[in-house]
Amino acid sequence: MTTTKTENTKIAIRDLNLHYGSKQALSNISMDIAPKNVTALIGPSGCGKSTFLRTLNRMNELIDNVRIDGSVRIDNVEIYDKQVDVVELRKRIGMIFQKSNPFPKSIFDNVAYGPRINGIHDRKRLEEIVETTLKRAAIWDEVKNDLGKSALALSGGQQQRLCIARALAVDPEILLMDEPASALDPIATAKIEELIYELKQSYTIVIVTHNMQQAARVSDFTAFFYMGELIEMDSTKTMFTAPTKKQTEDYITGRFG
Amino acid sequence: MKRLRRKVLGSAVVGLSGAAAFSIVAVVIVVMATIVVGGKDTISWEFLSTPPREGMTAGGILPAIVGMALRVLIMSIAGVPVGVITAVYLSEYAGAQSRLARAIRFAVNTLAGVPAIVFGLFGLGFFVQFVGSGMDTLLSDGTDLHWAQPNLLWASLTMALLTLPVVIVSVEEAIKTVPQDLRAASLALGATKWQTIWHVVLPNSLTGILTGGILAVSRGAGEVAPILFTGAAYFLPRLPGSLSDQFMELGYHVYIMATQSTNVDATIGIQYATTLVLLTITFMLNFSAIFLRSRVRSRQMR
Repeated sequence: MTTTKTENTKIAIRDLNLHYGSKQALSNISMDIAPKNVTALIGPSGCGKSTFLRTLNRMNELIDNVRIDGSVRIDNVEIYDKQVDVVELRKRIGMIFQKSNPFPKSIFDNVAYGPRINGIHDRKRLEEIVETTLKRAAIWDEVKNDLGKSALALSGGQQQRLCIARALAVDPEILLMDEPASALDPIATAKIEELIYELKQSYTIVIVTHNMQQAARVSDFTAFFYMGELIEMDSTKTMFTAPTKKQTEDYITGRFG
Repeated sequence: MKRLRRKVLGSAVVGLSGAAAFSIVAVVIVVMATIVVGGKDTISWEFLSTPPREGMTAGGILPAIVGMALRVLIMSIAGVPVGVITAVYLSEYAGAQSRLARAIRFAVNTLAGVPAIVFGLFGLGFFVQFVGSGMDTLLSDGTDLHWAQPNLLWASLTMALLTLPVVIVSVEEAIKTVPQDLRAASLALGATKWQTIWHVVLPNSLTGILTGGILAVSRGAGEVAPILFTGAAYFLPRLPGSLSDQFMELGYHVYIMATQSTNVDATIGIQYATTLVLLTITFMLNFSAIFLRSRVRSRQMR
């Protein structure tokens, strides 16, 4: 197995293959993800970028008939090792979904869900966590007077930022975002992007996006997936100005996909 | 010519289906009207709050109401948790291809199709004669007959078995309506599967679970056959005081007054009134189930 440079790599993926039954969804992916940077995964629908994202917190295991081989190391620890507790792993990796999915509970209880399942029940401590994380997710000012109100009463953009706050409340190191703004209007999208820019000071972020401009705006690195393979990965600037592979160039310039 | 035939056929279908639909409504109205008219003079506070008197030709039906309430309560305490746990296993833990899950589903469907009287015989054979006499042997060396006879507990447990399929099916339906997104959100936050079920899945299907419970109760409330051999008493003016007591029961009370009474004519008013009480309770249970279900639906719409 290749040894990795820990200082510059948060997540190291080597020869990762994933099958749904007999269908191969990811082939031989190898990639290094830098800490405290935004890495964007782009590619046409069905190219495997969301599937790849879900291998990083082992969410694919929820689906029947999935077979995964290869290596994913976070801080040099193999996450597919038998000794690794998947529950502990997921506490270190927050996930934001395409469709905002707040629990049908109050705003407060949504954010407090993670800390509570970790055994924090002290009301004052919870209040602190809720306030800090809502501030960090840039939604505190909009909801601070309505913490007891149902999260479902919020707008789509607010719900998505609430979900980000909920993920931050368990104090993760990595944030996985699966097209977090694809269901939002441009203004709400801009807010999420601004937030991503803020969050990369403290978190390693991997974001799947359909939107090329979004990848160009928010990310430091971009990886292009096609048909379950990683075609090319480089700094975002290089990818969008001087890609080495023709397929990448065709996709980025809008010739297909 | 052809057009005429089509027209005649068309109106015949409308007429027939309309008549069929109307006859259903008519049956309900006739049944209800007969019962209300026959029972309205007998229904009174006294009727509801006193035991039968004078060889059951006078007095009230309090022991039968209490008997039914207790039976339904014990049945729910015993049956609903088992049903909910089974439904959770089927929908959350068992894989789609699981052999065990398929076997359980098959068993549930079979159980749902077993006639009520068979449950009664099973209850007599299993609970009364097997479990009951086993308990007597253990507790008192088999010298006195305490548990090995029909009683409230055995009747309630037999009823719980009868209603189990209703609970399992409706709770499983309720659990299925909880969006997969919410489960994923909880798991991605590092919750265990059980924490996800306890904090997300079950609270969000609570109304469905209640609906299932109520439907089971209303199904069980109307059944008489399973308790014939397992605990219902012919006449017992005193209220049941323990699980090993026999009890009176509304449906059974109607049956014995109509067939076993020495003076059937004198009991006719009581029969109507008892039936009215039984129907009212069942209807109220069904309506509350429908109400809860419609609330669940409207919540899903949002």
